[in-house]
Amino acid sequence: MANTYTLIESKILGSVVASITFSSIPQTYTDLLVKVSARSNSGPNTHDNFLIYFNGTQSNRTNLILYGINGSVGSYTSTDYFGAFNAPASTANTFGNAEFYIPNYTGSNNKSISADIVSENNASNGQDYLGAALWSDSAAITSLTIGNYNASDFAINTTAYLYGISNS
Amino acid sequence: MPTKLIINCETGEQTEVELTAEEIAQREADAKAFQAEVKAKEADAATKAAAKAELLDKLGITAEEAALLVG
Repeated sequence: MANTYTLIESKILGSVVASITFSSIPQTYTDLLVKVSARSNSGPNTHDNFLIYFNGTQSNRTNLILYGINGSVGSYTSTDYFGAFNAPASTANTFGNAEFYIPNYTGSNNKSISADIVSENNASNGQDYLGAALWSDSAAITSLTIGNYNASDFAINTTAYLYGISNS
Repeated sequence: MPTKLIINCETGEQTEVELTAEEIAQREADAKAFQAEVKAKEADAATKAAAKAELLDKLGITAEEAALLVG
């Protein structure tokens, strides 16, 4: 159980950007937690997909995702994208929400990630994703990037919060 | 030109910089893969729907009646 839960940095976008990177992450916590509320400017699509990666590289990743879409359930694996969030064809002014938890981010073992992602829609085609992922790299995580999979920008008022969790 | 936001957690400094050519190339590759995924999912859903309709037609029952069989 976490003893402390500290906001490291946060951002509410005042202009669109392709990605958000938290750099020079302090190595003084046990785990990291990222909470994101996002909307994509991705053309005519209902959804875009989150990318989240470390130290500037998208390599050596395996993601396993369980999803529920309109009453259908399933799973997939990927080496890059995680799960869906809102894009322009979804309900106006509605944002998708996501939480990514990264334990033991300073260690030399491979890094695991757990994810809970929801794409909101006030009609059909709401989507929910639960993910587990592995970054096969011994490096400590010093930067974390939140991107999207469809070459688009994050909309204004997208928010991202990075927390440090200490177990002692 | 698309930009990325970098937030330095030590200093709190926030900088917005243009993507490099390499980052733009990666972004374009990701977008192509995304569109391929979307098309594949749509094709899969259409195939399954067609197969279901064909089976119901063969059996001569409605989707509601089929649901009763497996309920």
